[in-house]
Amino acid sequence: MIYIITQFLNGLFSAALLFLIAGGLTLVFGVMRIVNIAHGSFYMLGVYVAYTVIARTDSLLLGTIAAVLLVAAVGLAVERLFLRRFASRPLPQMMMTMGFALVFRDAAFMIWGGDPFTLPYPALLAGSVETRDIVFPAYRLFVMLVAAVVGLLLWVLNEHTLIGAKLRATVDDPEMAAATGINVALVSGGVFAAGAALAAFGGVMGGPILGGYAGMDLDLLPLAFVVVIIGGMGSLKGALVGSIAVGLIDNFGKALVPELSYFTLFAPMVIVLAIKPTGLYGRG
Amino acid sequence: MLNVLDLHTYYGDSHVLQGVTMHVDSGRVTAVLGRNGVGKTTLCRSLVGLTPARAGRIVFNDTEITRLPPHQICGLRISLVPQGRRIFRSLTVEEHLAIAGRTRGSLAGVSEKREHRPGWDVRKVYDVFPRLSERRGHRGDELSGGEQQMLAIARALVANPVLLVMDEPTEGLAPMLVAEVGKLIRRLKDEGTSILLVEQNASFAVKTADYVHVMSKGRIVHSSEPAALWANGDIRTQFLGVPRVDPPVARD
Repeated sequence: MIYIITQFLNGLFSAALLFLIAGGLTLVFGVMRIVNIAHGSFYMLGVYVAYTVIARTDSLLLGTIAAVLLVAAVGLAVERLFLRRFASRPLPQMMMTMGFALVFRDAAFMIWGGDPFTLPYPALLAGSVETRDIVFPAYRLFVMLVAAVVGLLLWVLNEHTLIGAKLRATVDDPEMAAATGINVALVSGGVFAAGAALAAFGGVMGGPILGGYAGMDLDLLPLAFVVVIIGGMGSLKGALVGSIAVGLIDNFGKALVPELSYFTLFAPMVIVLAIKPTGLYGRG
Repeated sequence: MLNVLDLHTYYGDSHVLQGVTMHVDSGRVTAVLGRNGVGKTTLCRSLVGLTPARAGRIVFNDTEITRLPPHQICGLRISLVPQGRRIFRSLTVEEHLAIAGRTRGSLAGVSEKREHRPGWDVRKVYDVFPRLSERRGHRGDELSGGEQQMLAIARALVANPVLLVMDEPTEGLAPMLVAEVGKLIRRLKDEGTSILLVEQNASFAVKTADYVHVMSKGRIVHSSEPAALWANGDIRTQFLGVPRVDPPVARD
């Protein structure tokens, strides 16, 4: 029983990280209709930037802020200087993000080398929380809480603000949004930068546990894609539900039948797609 | 106020507008008539910047807008009521009016925000369309076809347009609602709004408009007062077909 509860909590921890990463991926798809292959690179860059800044300043907070801001700036530059040239042409845009994924991967290798590392734990959260017989690392609970807060903020922004209404209008019908006075290019740039920032933030949050290593960018991408496909591309609610589903399934799958871990990960996706090709909350 | 000079617009290789020259006069209702597929909607799209023309000029009150992006053209107070309504499915009625009412293109925004001329805002829109007020919390995809058409018009009006471009606003509407739209157009005209009315429904357009352009194969082939058009049997049969009532089923 304790084992199951611990696995359940571990699954929710994975779900929290996945949500931070897949949330940005799904928003970018919703607004720009592109599958952003470089999303995993933003996640990776976040971890590396935080690592460098923390090593220099000894401050987790500064490292996190630097990672989020710098990666957001990189995302904005990628969108403004490159993707913008191929506006409304998803295939060239996707190929371009793929190129950037390779460039970032090699750049990271050149700058930081290939040695694995982990980010330090915040001192306050280094211990464990104990209730009855269940012992669970405090930091993992903290990450779950942070993801929940981020999810709530995104939801409020999306559903209850003017910016959110403009965002949804752009997702629903970009042409009509433009004709209604919305600067769609600005929205795209903003969403792309915000998505990159979220991925970087997810990387930093997971940093003390998953750390940084060469190839981490493409390790995570398939999981994030499974989340987005299950939840429905473009849907924030879908990203949340998909993250929880994938987080739990992946954890229990690896714990119970480790030799089938890829099967247990992709089988639910296939089933969802067979029943509802647009994903749980996606649109046709 | 709006002058279109030798406009050529393409979709890929397809040459849709083949040198359109026409004008819209200030404070009047100008109609563009023509059969399906002659380029009427493409003309609207080029006017508001959705499909920029490849050659020719569009001049609006001395400003060349031919290649401006749509949100800047919107900021100059040209509003579109698009064909097929194009309501945002996930936005409530209230949100539709909020995003359309408050946003301005960056070009015109600074100077125009200060200018408080009496005009359309959310309250006035709700006065004119009480049904939308009742449905203000409902999402676009929860509205009936008629309500969606009202919202499409309301969304264009809250931007307080100087020029309202209406692309087949009566398409798929019940006769009673068509009459309502006609009444509204006349009211807007009385308040000084210029209107470009693009229609397949020739009898409606002729009744409503002050001036009529007839379009065929990407060109304007006839321009006159509506009475002169109606009297010209050749033009009527050749370019408009026999005026007919659209089937009640929406085509998109």
